[in-house]
Amino acid sequence: MAKKQTFWSALLNGLLFENPTFVLMVGMCPTLAVTTAASNAIGMGLSTTVVLVCSNLFISLLRNMISEKIRIPAFIVVIASFVTIVEMVLKAYMPDLSATLGLYIPLIVVNCIIFARAEAFAFKNGPILALGDGLGMGLGFTVAITILASVREIFGAGTLFGMDLMGASYQPMAILTAPSGGFLTLGLLLIIVNMVRKKLDAWVAARKEAELA
Amino acid sequence: MKEYLLMLVGCLLVNNYVMCQFLGICPFLGVSKKFDTALGMGLAVTFVMTLASFMTWMVEHFLLIPLDLMYLRTIAFILVIAVLVQLVEMALKKLSFSLYQALGVYLPLITTNCAVLGVAVLNSNNGYGLLQSTLSGCFSALGFTLSLLLFSCIRERLEMSDVPKWMEGFPGALIAAGLMAVSFMGFGGLIG
Repeated sequence: MAKKQTFWSALLNGLLFENPTFVLMVGMCPTLAVTTAASNAIGMGLSTTVVLVCSNLFISLLRNMISEKIRIPAFIVVIASFVTIVEMVLKAYMPDLSATLGLYIPLIVVNCIIFARAEAFAFKNGPILALGDGLGMGLGFTVAITILASVREIFGAGTLFGMDLMGASYQPMAILTAPSGGFLTLGLLLIIVNMVRKKLDAWVAARKEAELA
Repeated sequence: MKEYLLMLVGCLLVNNYVMCQFLGICPFLGVSKKFDTALGMGLAVTFVMTLASFMTWMVEHFLLIPLDLMYLRTIAFILVIAVLVQLVEMALKKLSFSLYQALGVYLPLITTNCAVLGVAVLNSNNGYGLLQSTLSGCFSALGFTLSLLLFSCIRERLEMSDVPKWMEGFPGALIAAGLMAVSFMGFGGLIG
């Protein structure tokens, strides 16, 4: 895209056009693992967003000081430091969430989204753009996994955010909250997303043609 | 002996890292298009995970605990893993250039395979001893390799079959993985 990027375009890009989960397909491990309940997904999404925003901003500020050769270890140290901070804050103020997310909080370090954005975006752009990109990508991730988790929770357990939704007569499809359900639900959601995107692309192309004519 | 045998079955089938715990999904989806690359990736990950479990135990028990630095665990572990991957890469380049070339880009990517950091953190959370840690790393990695190989065979078949247009690529692969995970669910409860 030749268009000049601004804070808002970077933010929108992450949220929609290059949504990390539905379009770029990165960061799949937490996406599948923590989406058994919508509240877990929001907790995980926001923790990742905080780390992503901080690391993007920090790496962008330091980008002229880090030499090309050692950039990867440098990224790892920056990201791991912020993850440790988030881990400690969660443990201190939200022990319940910290216990359910467990192993997956330290694993934010190796979430490909954060690493990919550091390498592909923050290392090449100024701090304001990097901030927008981090926020957009993080929120895009949060929205995507919350949708996934809501589907799994509603059909798999009959609840949403712990509230009973389907009434007592509903027989929950337990398979959706089981590990295999993660793969299945994401696959089905991707089919829907791809269909919508195809329609959208066709619409954009038709509009462009109308403009030219 | 019986304990370790149970651990082997547990890591391979019952608590398979990919199918039941969602660790290492990125390489599972990314490197499973061909059987050969899947095998190479699986072996490299097995090697790194075994070594990483050993090394992180050492670092934890001889460095972090005596110095009271446990809050730096995540940073220390990921650095150990990154260094280890770099070492393996250099050693392979010198010792077996053909294998090095075959693995190509997948080698450095092992650093960001969450199964490697995952096994280190799990070992430490469970308070495993040195032998137990190393074995759990090795067995879990074998489980990862097993599911990666099975999945690559399924995908090779999928390439050749007539899949509906809207299911081509990732959605179809994910649904295949889901069905595979269903069959792995059957192993649940194998060990009480």
